[in-house]
Amino acid sequence: MIKAALMLTTVALLAPACAAAQQPRDKLVSLVRQDCGSCHGLTLKGGLGPSLLPQALAGKDADALAAIILNGVPETPMPPWKGELSPDDALWIATRLKEGFPR
Amino acid sequence: MNRRGLLTSALAAASFSGLATTARAECPPPVLRGTGALGLIVERASGSLALVDQIQRAALARIEGLGDLSHASIVYSPCERYAFVFGRDGGLTKIDLLEARIAKRVMQAGNSIGGAISDDGTLIAVSNYEPGGVKVFDANDLNEVASIPAIGAKGAPSKTVGVVDLPGRRFIYSLYDAGEIWIADFGAGATPELTKFGNVGRLPYDGNVTADARHYLAGLFGEDGFAHIDLWAAEPKCARVLSGYNAGREKLPVYKMPHLEGWGQSSDTLLLPAAGQHEVLALDLATMTEKKRIPAHGQPIFCVMRPDGREAWVNFGHPDNDTVQIIDIPSLDVVHSFAPGPAVLHLEFTARGHEVWISVRDADRVDVMDVRKREKIAEIPVQKPSGIFFTARAHRLGS
Repeated sequence: MIKAALMLTTVALLAPACAAAQQPRDKLVSLVRQDCGSCHGLTLKGGLGPSLLPQALAGKDADALAAIILNGVPETPMPPWKGELSPDDALWIATRLKEGFPR
Repeated sequence: MNRRGLLTSALAAASFSGLATTARAECPPPVLRGTGALGLIVERASGSLALVDQIQRAALARIEGLGDLSHASIVYSPCERYAFVFGRDGGLTKIDLLEARIAKRVMQAGNSIGGAISDDGTLIAVSNYEPGGVKVFDANDLNEVASIPAIGAKGAPSKTVGVVDLPGRRFIYSLYDAGEIWIADFGAGATPELTKFGNVGRLPYDGNVTADARHYLAGLFGEDGFAHIDLWAAEPKCARVLSGYNAGREKLPVYKMPHLEGWGQSSDTLLLPAAGQHEVLALDLATMTEKKRIPAHGQPIFCVMRPDGREAWVNFGHPDNDTVQIIDIPSLDVVHSFAPGPAVLHLEFTARGHEVWISVRDADRVDVMDVRKREKIAEIPVQKPSGIFFTARAHRLGS
């Protein structure tokens, strides 16, 4: 019991260094694949919405893409995600999309 | 099993290729069975299908190699032996349920969204995003029969959505970019006769037809409302219904497009998802006017009627997609809510509605529920499940 408690403490102490930084990113990857994927395709090659593959985004800068993610595109189905995502999240997603989004 | 049961099963297995008799010479005898209680569940992330048995409440096999199955949908041949799977990547795959394998697969477009099978079971129509338009295939060998570009009145090509079958080898679908609805009539053979309805509304995102083939409705994304065609009219015309349901109030961000597939018609009441509101809209089909706006847990995705029409079960879009609500039809009130788990993507009733299967994507699980008791009776492990399609769909018009 004591040993288990000690181990838990150790894990808890170690956690912030790696897990805290990593966990939200995993959630973002899943959100992009699953939720953005419902319009842009699970492989992000496009669907009702346009392709989000690196070649399709080559001419666009990450800040502009992040702004689209946050504010949406009026008159289209692209919704504003600012209620769900922070500016940092949006920029992280935009940058990764341009590189080739992680699986 | 009595003699009559055996014969019936044998006929079901052998009826289309003499499979049961020819296979017997070299292979172990196949298990004779019917397909009426089978179904397929889309495993969207892995590009595979789970073949399931409604009576055993279990997965029998996994069929792999179907490509990108995000937003995949399925129709069935009239004999319920074959399934036709429409993948996001433009793949059209014919599945043999009895052999649990791919019978034929073609890449028919770059990017597609769904399809339909003609009433006689001979034609498969696929709705395409890239390059747009609709392609029609022979259900037997998947050879192309016709390619119908969707060039709207303004001369630009359009994505197509909401393709469903109409009686008489006809298909009806909506042109997303062009804001039109077309009927392709294959009654006279392989060259379709087209009937076009223009100016139906901005950005139709999906469409469906009632089971009597009377009312086709397309949900509009570019404006609040639905485009409606009464196909029983001597001269069918398109009119807007439920227009302005967002008027005077904030339209919420729509993180996931609603779907009209599996929609709820019960007598004169049709339930439709509101885009941008936490509401289900009840349309009176006798007057084509709004009956009620039913407050709901989130933005509805599928409003699925229990087959007897007494209740509808509704799921919701991100971030409210852990919940299912039940709407009582006589009162049009939500009478029950429960949370199956993270990311409830789809639900499908057994043909006569005694059980309902619910996809809980992020739990990698499909729940089977007793509908009357509203209790879970089984869980089936399925990888990232989305759409659930039972073979009884073979005998329903629309989807």
